[in-house]
Amino acid sequence: METGRGIDAVMLTETDNVATALRELTQGEEARVGVGERTFLVAVRQGIAFGHKLAVTDIRLGDAIRKYGEVIGRATQDIPSGAHAHVHNVESLRGRGDLEAARKTNAV
Amino acid sequence: MQFRGYARPDGRVGTRNYVGVLSTVVCANEVVERIGRSLTGAATFTHHQGCGQTPVDLARVNRALVGLGRNPNLAGVLLVGLGCEGVAFEEVAEEIRASGKRVESLVIQEEGGQARSVARGHLLAQELVAEASMVQPSLYPISELVLGLKCGASDTTQGLFATPAVGIASDMVVAAGGTSVLGEVTEFIGAEHILARHARTPDVAERILAFVNRMEGRAKAMGCDMRGGQPTGGNIKGGLTTIEEKSLGAIAKAGTAPIEAAYEYGETPKVRGLVVMDSPGREPEILTGLAAAGCTLIAFATGRGAPQGFPFVPVVKITGNVVTWIKLRDHMDCYVGTIMEGTESLPSAGRRLFDEMVEYASGRLTKAEISGYSNSMDIYVTGPVI
Repeated sequence: METGRGIDAVMLTETDNVATALRELTQGEEARVGVGERTFLVAVRQGIAFGHKLAVTDIRLGDAIRKYGEVIGRATQDIPSGAHAHVHNVESLRGRGDLEAARKTNAV
Repeated sequence: MQFRGYARPDGRVGTRNYVGVLSTVVCANEVVERIGRSLTGAATFTHHQGCGQTPVDLARVNRALVGLGRNPNLAGVLLVGLGCEGVAFEEVAEEIRASGKRVESLVIQEEGGQARSVARGHLLAQELVAEASMVQPSLYPISELVLGLKCGASDTTQGLFATPAVGIASDMVVAAGGTSVLGEVTEFIGAEHILARHARTPDVAERILAFVNRMEGRAKAMGCDMRGGQPTGGNIKGGLTTIEEKSLGAIAKAGTAPIEAAYEYGETPKVRGLVVMDSPGREPEILTGLAAAGCTLIAFATGRGAPQGFPFVPVVKITGNVVTWIKLRDHMDCYVGTIMEGTESLPSAGRRLFDEMVEYASGRLTKAEISGYSNSMDIYVTGPVI
């Protein structure tokens, strides 16, 4: 299924480094990513479920993940273009009681 | 544009015309449920709070009960307590009565137990229903509408289509002089800088940031990563990776109107326009908080399909996920996946949603009302049960 705009994934702003799949994407295909009026192709490295995100550029360990033009987390490993970006390789920077607890333990 | 509503003695306008049978404490729920079972025209509210809690929580429970009783969707109120609870039963009854509506009360220990309480409660409620049924609906301007904003069972389609469409509808309510209440402070985390920019004054911006700080502090005090709790396991399956991502999608439902004020949980807004109310994101607590704040209609954007409604406030379900729209059609009210399919623009979907919201305000039944899936209710607590 192609969407009405003829794109397979949507990137919300030009500064984003991930796009949201508007249909299930399969490994090896070229996905058409839309951002505003512009579209470009990304080689899909692995299956991406509907609504999940793929990297649209090579993201390095520790890089900020950007969606909506905002930071939504940080890469916990390198994420090559076309790979699935999700909880296995992206961490949140907020509500991290675990980090705070670890900091306190280290301080003692 | 106008909606068909019910005027109350305090000048506010409801979208529904129920008698509310409200439990003041967890221990009175059984009687409230029994009274409600055999009545037409009454809505029951039960919850798990009201006793054995810190004064901070009890004060919030009192405030929420007053707000629920004063909600203009209720023509009259029957308040049911046990008799030894921490809730300030008499004061709650008096404050609801001060809005001009009839309030009857029933205390189980004074009545002599369940059977006597249910019998007298039933008779009292029947009288209240008979009186309520004489209130004639009329047409009122949108400025009298108080819209609650909520999203849940989120996926990534929600932040792309459903919440932006709700945001447009909310902006239209505000532009018409109405009120829109944004809660779910947990889902401000990572997006609070955007909301703070929309605040009318620096003081409002500071209050919003303080609410977020307080909420995040509570989660962090548990010493773990809150992911799994927020975003939920279901959110993660739907493609949402972090709370920041969920929040950025969630706040779109507030549109672009300036935020006029920021209130505590269950407080009634003193100004019109878009306002923020402290609350968590879980359905029973936020739906109850919005009802206590006086919301008479709730717009609920969902991705994976949340069926929950509230006993006396219509909750309109909006989804942009085609699978949810088809599979959970018995629970969904409005579809905006047309934006993704390219058959409708976002602004036009938002305007259509506004028109449909006015229909629901005017008496069109939501799926939650039709199916009876409308008992998502509880009062927010932050302290221990003691």
